[in-house]
Amino acid sequence: MTITSLSTGATVEIRNLKPYYGKRLAVRSVNMTIAPNKITAIIGPSGCGKSTVLRCINRMHETILGARVEGQVLLNGENIYASDVDPMLVRRKIGMVFQQPIALRTRSIFENVAIGLRLAGINNKRVLEERVEASLRAAVLWDEVKDKLNQAGTALSGGQQQRLSIARTIAVEPEVILFDEPCSALDPISMLKIEELLLDLRKQYTIVIVTHNMQQAARISDNTAVFMVDTDDGAPTGVLVEYNPTAKIFAQPDDPRTEDYISGQVG
Amino acid sequence: MSLKSSQMPNYQRRKVTDAIMRGLVLFATACAIVPLVLIVGYVVVVGGSALNWEFFTDVYQPPMTVTTMDMIGAAPTGDAPFDPNDPFANLDPEALIGAEAGDEKGANILEAPARGGVFHAIVGTLLVTSLAVLIAMPIGILAGVFLSEFPDNSVAIVVRFACDVLSGAPSIIVGVTAYILVVNATNPNTGQPYGFSGIAGAIALTFLMVPTITRTTEEVLKLVPEATREAALAMGATTWYSTFTVVIPTALSGIVTGVMLAFARGAGETAPLILTVLGSNVLVTGLLQPIAALPLVTYRYTESPFPSENTLAWGSAFVLMMLVLLVNILVRIATRNRLRTH
Repeated sequence: MTITSLSTGATVEIRNLKPYYGKRLAVRSVNMTIAPNKITAIIGPSGCGKSTVLRCINRMHETILGARVEGQVLLNGENIYASDVDPMLVRRKIGMVFQQPIALRTRSIFENVAIGLRLAGINNKRVLEERVEASLRAAVLWDEVKDKLNQAGTALSGGQQQRLSIARTIAVEPEVILFDEPCSALDPISMLKIEELLLDLRKQYTIVIVTHNMQQAARISDNTAVFMVDTDDGAPTGVLVEYNPTAKIFAQPDDPRTEDYISGQVG
Repeated sequence: MSLKSSQMPNYQRRKVTDAIMRGLVLFATACAIVPLVLIVGYVVVVGGSALNWEFFTDVYQPPMTVTTMDMIGAAPTGDAPFDPNDPFANLDPEALIGAEAGDEKGANILEAPARGGVFHAIVGTLLVTSLAVLIAMPIGILAGVFLSEFPDNSVAIVVRFACDVLSGAPSIIVGVTAYILVVNATNPNTGQPYGFSGIAGAIALTFLMVPTITRTTEEVLKLVPEATREAALAMGATTWYSTFTVVIPTALSGIVTGVMLAFARGAGETAPLILTVLGSNVLVTGLLQPIAALPLVTYRYTESPFPSENTLAWGSAFVLMMLVLLVNILVRIATRNRLRTH
């Protein structure tokens, strides 16, 4: 596939990142380096700011009214928060897949994937067909939908819709893909399919996944970041307590809070 | 814990209360539906019986026609000479029934059969209402997009309030406004007022349609899940692209409903049209002149002393209802989602 050979994973460095909602600091200064072509999991209890940090990586955080960010996120050494950077272009390099699968009812399965390409100015029918097929193959959905490309996106099951969302994200050839709890709306079988897909996608992309499911993090991720809620100064604030290889996190974590969380005593 | 109802405390009382409340709700529903059924039923029965082919193809015909012969004198009042200063002196009202040659003369004028049709009014209503929808649709939809996608600024709050006030404003006031702004405005080329015209009516109807379209569009766009917008943004779409290729198509059927509501309201309005298009008994297709409209025909001929014209009024009410229904169905077919979902 031409599409897969073109893109490779990129390194993402998060430096002194402080996301705010209005005046409230959501997460204390985060520093972490996300390795290319690895799966990095972000885990932690509800309200610890893991989705917030994820959304900062492709500048989706600031789309919420009143939300803003301090600090830097470097994509291959380039600060995506520099003043002359267009967030639209950042989001094409750093794609995102959400908790709820997004399949457009008014567009066919084909168009559900092609929409991102059209957005990038590609309207040549042959190019579109090639890249939609390549993306659907990469998302391991092609065999299931190749005979019904003209049906509505909502004709698919939840798990298929989530893979459709992934295909749409892959189609625009990002370097990093962010997953915000991609399996929490899916049944266990669909979840396993997505997990296999993630392991496969790791070869071409840098992957960051937020998950509630510790077993999922243990199964598929290479590195894991653990966030906790800290209420020391009154308001609950997220804090990164540990960032280590997944094997170490689940075997002998550095931080006692990680151990409590993993063993089910917190959150 | 027993499953025997008799052993539960308050059981009888709760059962009776449930029955009473259920009865009240059913009664209220029936009260709400009865007038609707009566109105629609009566219009269908009385108006429907007025219909024939001529009703759709012919324009207004008076119940009686006065010919020169009638005026100059083959009248029973004697062979008085024709007086140009009093042309009707020799007229015998009893002899005027029937315009066509061969029609029975001398019958009671109040029993004159219905004649003519409302083709001119169908054309007028379609022209004026369509023009109003064409003006109101882009304004209303874009304003609705603004209110839904940029909801929390002072402009949006003012616009929303203004829409709510305007959509509740009595339509006669809108008519007076259009009368002053358009009909009564002086044409700089002639120095005369512009006068009654189809365009003035369309502008008045636009005032009434824009708030409906704006608020419906806003409400249905708000129903589009935030996640859908986020997904579009996360692909690198601008707000504009996300709104017009993702959000609006998703909410299209709701927006169409809003436009159809506005069309139905505009087509049925009478008061603003009296003050702007005035009405006409002949076929007019130019929007710069007074033009006919179905509600005006209904209004004018309901008051007529001639039963034949009353029939015309009922018939036009029926046609108006059917017209709104037909346009509604056609637009729904045109904008339905053609994609299979199974």
